[in-house]
Amino acid sequence: MSCTVCLCDTELSQEDKSILDEILAQHSLQESSLIPVLQETQGRLGYLPRPAMEYVAKALKVPFARVYGVASFYAQFHLQPRGKHIIRVCQGTACHVRGAKEVLKAFEDELGITAGNTTDDLEYTLEVVACIGACGLAPTIMIDDETYGRLTPRDVRKLLRQTKRAAQAQ
Amino acid sequence: MDDTLAKARILVGMGTCGLAAGARPVFDALVETKQAVGAAVEIVPTGCIGMCEQEPIIDVIQPGTDRVTLGPMTPEKAVHVLEALINGAPIPEEWVIGRITKDAIYPELSSFRKQRRIVLRNCGFINPESLEEYTALGGYAALEKAITTMTPEQVIEEVIAAGLRGRGGGGFPTGLKWRFTRQAEGEKKYVVCNADEGDPGAFMDRSILEGDPHAVLEGMAIAAYAVGADEGYIYVRAEYPLAIRRLQLAIQQAEEKGFLGQGIFGTDFNFYLHIKEGAGAFVCGEETALLASIEGKRGMPRPRPPFPASKGLWGKPTNINNVETYANIPYIVRTGGAYFATIGTEKSKGTKVFALAGKVNNTGLTEVPMGITLREVIYEIGGGIRDGKKFKAVQIGGPSGGCIPEELLDIPIDYDSLTQAGAIMGSGGMVVMDEDTCMVDVARFFMDFIQKESCGKCAPCRIGTKRMLEILTRITEGEGRPGDLDALLDLAYTVKDLSLCGLGQTAPNPVLSTIRHFRHEYEAHIVDRTCPAKVCNALLTYTIIPEKCTGCGLCARNCPANCISGAPKEVHIIDQTRCTKCNTCLQKCPFEAIVKS
Repeated sequence: MSCTVCLCDTELSQEDKSILDEILAQHSLQESSLIPVLQETQGRLGYLPRPAMEYVAKALKVPFARVYGVASFYAQFHLQPRGKHIIRVCQGTACHVRGAKEVLKAFEDELGITAGNTTDDLEYTLEVVACIGACGLAPTIMIDDETYGRLTPRDVRKLLRQTKRAAQAQ
Repeated sequence: MDDTLAKARILVGMGTCGLAAGARPVFDALVETKQAVGAAVEIVPTGCIGMCEQEPIIDVIQPGTDRVTLGPMTPEKAVHVLEALINGAPIPEEWVIGRITKDAIYPELSSFRKQRRIVLRNCGFINPESLEEYTALGGYAALEKAITTMTPEQVIEEVIAAGLRGRGGGGFPTGLKWRFTRQAEGEKKYVVCNADEGDPGAFMDRSILEGDPHAVLEGMAIAAYAVGADEGYIYVRAEYPLAIRRLQLAIQQAEEKGFLGQGIFGTDFNFYLHIKEGAGAFVCGEETALLASIEGKRGMPRPRPPFPASKGLWGKPTNINNVETYANIPYIVRTGGAYFATIGTEKSKGTKVFALAGKVNNTGLTEVPMGITLREVIYEIGGGIRDGKKFKAVQIGGPSGGCIPEELLDIPIDYDSLTQAGAIMGSGGMVVMDEDTCMVDVARFFMDFIQKESCGKCAPCRIGTKRMLEILTRITEGEGRPGDLDALLDLAYTVKDLSLCGLGQTAPNPVLSTIRHFRHEYEAHIVDRTCPAKVCNALLTYTIIPEKCTGCGLCARNCPANCISGAPKEVHIIDQTRCTKCNTCLQKCPFEAIVKS
């Protein structure tokens, strides 16, 4: 796991370097490209390892502190490795008044982790989000890019079993 | 609109709501069946018509008859409908939600009778991924009219005459904003669309972007012409992947047809449009924070003035409006500002789209003329409260808004009346709460949200919201103190008056409005140590009703604290000293023998 406090991180692998070069080649090398570059980097690497951020900083000619500042400011960026599947449980107003707390608890119980964490096998990361904009179907969740609505704690168990089965089939 | 298409079509509602409810398998099943039998029926994805409750929804359109809407669908039901259509058999009446005639949309449904669709005019009617369907209904005609027959000043005059005010929350007159940007000095100018819809409980902008993306592009292009900009950005939440995909496609289509890009409609007007994905920061809905984020910086607001109209993106004059505001523009240019101004009230013109959610029967999107009452929206359009419960409050405007109680339901919906009642128009989220919702818990929920989203730049917001959250948390945990209400009010006014940006200045609204209208609930928590709505667990006691308990033992086996005991087939008992009030037993009991009080 990467360390975000000091500079003790490992080197960037050759493979990661070529991924970064590929991403950087599609952007103009200036500060305004920082957020899209970080988004794509995270999309490819799964999270933002410190050496990757340093590499981006150099390429865009932006101080590393600013890259780190941006990466730690936005909720979307992750400085730690994440699970293969991301489960986002909506805790928006409409979901809140229609039982989102129980849905979240069901996920926590089923996965054995609390919100904001990743299972030990790096399969699932459980997150809460403020609103995914499907309030009409509250309570809602997203597994990766798929949205599911009108859930009960019982549905959660079913859904997780399906997802696991689908993952095994692949 | 139906008669422009010769053959039968089936529309499948494929916005995020539809997809979440299972529209994808419905669509796939229809396409598969159609191909298997070689039918000429067209299967088309469309945006959201606004009836989230009934999703997945399909629409059957046949030339010469009313359009029929059916739902909620399953793949099997949908295939059945398709087969009926192919065989000339009647469509099963029991699945029909309503009909769209030549003159009216769902005349028989109370949820549509009071609606007036301007912004949502195409949502649920066209395939959002088809430019041809947009232009067939008059799309891009307004842009052509503006840039080939009007001067930029005339366009601005028209928008001022319409009386359109910003739909993102502030309610600033749009035409004036355009004029400021037009008059600002500088060669290079920008237009920006704020699609960072972050209010929990709001999904209007998502539905517009998913259901009618070209309307937003057209509105932005007209704005660019009016203010003298040649470049624009749409800042859209990364949490809306479908909206982003449809916007990208729409921009590409519009560029190919020459509605965007260089020399639009053969004039020397150029307009280039880019999409910027947000990165998950609520504060980026604030315009100066949004601009900082486009520039690649942390999304932190800065003091105004200078306003973006004079110094915006990279220091250049910039016009920022939200999605719904831009979506109104083509209609205004086409029909004229004077006509638009006849809709609505004296100071709030036009319509407003609301996202109706929470404990109402008909959740979904609704577009109503300004001036309609909250009661009409909740009881006629929303169909009243679910499960026969009693209405308690409606939350309007998200974390910046407030809760409005029963006795104020007859106020008209316009910018000024809502502000007076302690809420704001906001972007249009409307979450209905019933007797089972605890208002202190709601206030705590919003403060928790705001405290996490506070960017930390200014002290009143950063520290004030944290302290308010602490007080609210201890009240909901049964540890409220006598002076807490005064302390909350004191903090609320400090944060409101001293914060740098709109986020902080409006952050105390949920607390202020709930104290104003539901003070007795706070007092019940602090003084009587009870939660009247039975939500705040720490203030509840779980007990087993002996008459209902069958002694099945399910509660005892599942209790994580092991505090339920009893012999098999005999009444069980909860040990109150060890109960952690986790609610597990209540959920597990199949006989409803466990109650909280």
